[in-house]
Amino acid sequence: MDAITLTIDGAAVTVRRGATVLEAAQQAGIYIPTLCSDHDLEPYGGCRLCIVEIEKMAGLPTACTTPATSGMVVRTATPAVNEARRDIVALLLADYPDDCPACTGDDRCDFHQVVAYLGLDEQPFRRLHRSIPIDSSNPFFERDLDYCIACGKCVRTCDEVVNVDAIEMASRGYTILPSAFGGKPIVQSNCISCGECVVRCPTAALMPKERRLPAQEVKTTCPYCGVGCQIYLGVSDGQVISVRGDRDNDVNRGLLCVKGRFGVAGYVNHPERLTLPLVRKDGALRETTWDEALEMVAGRLAGFGKGEVAVISSAKCTNEDNYVIQKFARTVLGTNNIDHCARL
Amino acid sequence: MAGLATTFGSGAMTNSISDIGGARCILAIGTNTTEAHPVIGFGVKSAVRKGTKLIVANPRYIELCQFADIWLRHRPGSDVALLMGIMRVIVDEGLLDRAFIEERCENFDALEQSLTGFDMDFVERTTGVLGEQIAEAARMYATNSPAAILYSMGITQHSHGTDNVMAVANLAMLTGNVGKPSAGVNPLRGHNNVQGACDMGALPDVYPGYQRVADPQARAKFEAAWGCKLDPSPGLTLTELFGAARRGEVKAVYLVGENPVLTDPDARHVREALESLEFLAVQDVFLTETARLADVVLPGVSFAEKDGTFTNTERRVQRVRKAIEPVGSSRPDWRLTCDIARKMGGRGFDFSHPRQIMDEVASLTPSYGGISHDRLEAGGLQWPCPNKEHPGTSILHTERFTRGKGRFVPLEYKPPAETADENYPLLLTTGRSQYHFHATLTRKVSGLNALKPEELVEVNPVDALMLGISEGDRVRVTSRRGEVTARAMVTDASPAGVVSMTFHFSESPANLLTNPSLDPVAKIPELKVCAVRVEKIA
Repeated sequence: MDAITLTIDGAAVTVRRGATVLEAAQQAGIYIPTLCSDHDLEPYGGCRLCIVEIEKMAGLPTACTTPATSGMVVRTATPAVNEARRDIVALLLADYPDDCPACTGDDRCDFHQVVAYLGLDEQPFRRLHRSIPIDSSNPFFERDLDYCIACGKCVRTCDEVVNVDAIEMASRGYTILPSAFGGKPIVQSNCISCGECVVRCPTAALMPKERRLPAQEVKTTCPYCGVGCQIYLGVSDGQVISVRGDRDNDVNRGLLCVKGRFGVAGYVNHPERLTLPLVRKDGALRETTWDEALEMVAGRLAGFGKGEVAVISSAKCTNEDNYVIQKFARTVLGTNNIDHCARL
Repeated sequence: MAGLATTFGSGAMTNSISDIGGARCILAIGTNTTEAHPVIGFGVKSAVRKGTKLIVANPRYIELCQFADIWLRHRPGSDVALLMGIMRVIVDEGLLDRAFIEERCENFDALEQSLTGFDMDFVERTTGVLGEQIAEAARMYATNSPAAILYSMGITQHSHGTDNVMAVANLAMLTGNVGKPSAGVNPLRGHNNVQGACDMGALPDVYPGYQRVADPQARAKFEAAWGCKLDPSPGLTLTELFGAARRGEVKAVYLVGENPVLTDPDARHVREALESLEFLAVQDVFLTETARLADVVLPGVSFAEKDGTFTNTERRVQRVRKAIEPVGSSRPDWRLTCDIARKMGGRGFDFSHPRQIMDEVASLTPSYGGISHDRLEAGGLQWPCPNKEHPGTSILHTERFTRGKGRFVPLEYKPPAETADENYPLLLTTGRSQYHFHATLTRKVSGLNALKPEELVEVNPVDALMLGISEGDRVRVTSRRGEVTARAMVTDASPAGVVSMTFHFSESPANLLTNPSLDPVAKIPELKVCAVRVEKIA
């Protein structure tokens, strides 16, 4: 690897050539506040919060757009830097409603993490209140632009990551905000509801409709298509309530589609899930005990000749399920009549 | 899969999802990637942004067409003609990789001979694509190496699907695009674990790891491991099974986790077949259309309630972890099957955790030999992974093909089993929507139903005008096998003469219409082409 070494806050940091100052700091575990950068997006330099001092460079360059160079000396949190950051955040706060639904208990949204880092407690600017109708047209998420800080992350995600371009920054100056085509409800746009913008929004402007936070998360594999995206299932009170993409794998690198992100809990928790075995009695399926149901299957299957029985397995089931099912067909029923829907 | 097994010796995706982005050219044929495999679709679009050339071959205008350098709109069922036409140009213009062909492949002369039947006049007439466009695509694919081919059911679900796959494999070998990063032949598998179900031997002709039941050595190995005699003759495929049931030859079925009444072609006959059984046991999470026909229904659990593994389309075995307790008194599928097996006197079903099952799989399946739940804690492993030290295999056929030499297969064009005629003047093709998956699970999710609430039959404006159909009209679609009704969407996404439906909606089950005509080798039904007529319902 072609590597270079620079100094950040007195520490020597070695990174690959081409990395930005922000990436170098993040790699070294040095916190630089930012609200518009994302590892899947091109450097943007929009929020201006990642400004730093760099020796032999004029002004306060943004760390996210400045390539790290050999021998560079960077200071990330000088009084001048933090004063400028406080002014920027104070301006954002002036527009931001007092309550933040994206902050729950100790778990602050990205924006309020920055506010806390900078230790802002006074509000020097006159408060302004926007009152834009909430767009709740999408079944899975809401957009409340009163909380939007115009970082452009959602628009850039839809463009650079998803390549759908359902939204763009509309208007100019103080009124610039993300908008679907013609300012229409988002569900009428070409939005594919993947939710990649929602997970990247640093404020409460884009929020899933399911707001509960999971008590624990379990890493597993998405049950829908053959891509095999790695996901974290969020669990609360014994129910699946959320899905989050896992970034540390080569399959999906955190990305998910609408089914994986929003379409799992609805069927896992569905009230029509079968909970008891059923047997047909007098023409109708009636609830029964496991003992009776399993005895019945075993007893009836035993009554047929080898060529008269067949087993249909499932491409939705696990490898372990499928192995046991084909072993059952071959060793107990004595037949190779075992197949699944591979051809469909 | 049979097509790739013949040509390469292994019927699986040759490369990895993560290396598709590095291709200099991607040919996406018979795959609506952004709808059916959305996350791979993101990757393809991002690759194009960074300069990868994209060729889309699809009768329908799909999202990827927006990103394509070339869109080949060939007629449904004309894939062999299109691909052979491309190969003819590559050979005629000397764009083939002679060194690769000589060193790594065999039977090239036979392919070259069969290409003489595909002069551009014939190819143009058969595919409906301009020769110059085909030539341009041929040059783009052949001169931008590494080039990756992606395909899906649009290639396989034809009465000559195996030929289609072999045509794809021929093209990749012809240009040396096998066995190296960001190239290859990449079938995108539909279900989460269709690859794994095949690997595990849930197929009538093979044991786990594609060891053939007809091979005495393989059979002796499994007889020794399982402690019983095994039947040497391959069993019935799913599509053959329903015919056997209707004829009364198959009398009892134990069915786990599938809903063939909605997802299989010629659904009316599937239903009749299941109704004619003397005994049907269904194991599923919902009371599906199929489960309603059962004599016994056993509640299985969802993926969130069990431990195990899925194998994705790139052969990567990944963990499934139990997150919640089984709903109600439902039980994991492996456990139910083991219980039934033991009650019937079966031996070797005393597993207490799926990890023990995977250990047995590893002991009998060379390609899974190094795979265990413990190792998968650190992340997925791609087979072949023959031993505990092996890191897995991201690219197949790097040094040599699995079968030794890659085998070119000469091909001829065969029309679809049904073509348009006076009574059924339109062709129906079926596909997926990204908001649904098959017909059961996603239909339970209210938000997904809100986004895609009903079937819409795509009708080209030209056909709509002739049939007097306007956007939103209710129409009846009739084939030789049945009829369904749905609303019409008038769009030039489907070409004139072709209508398109999904198969997610039990209210408008497209598979009442589709043709069960099978590919003679792979036994895959022709879901992508059948003849229909469409009428407005007054």
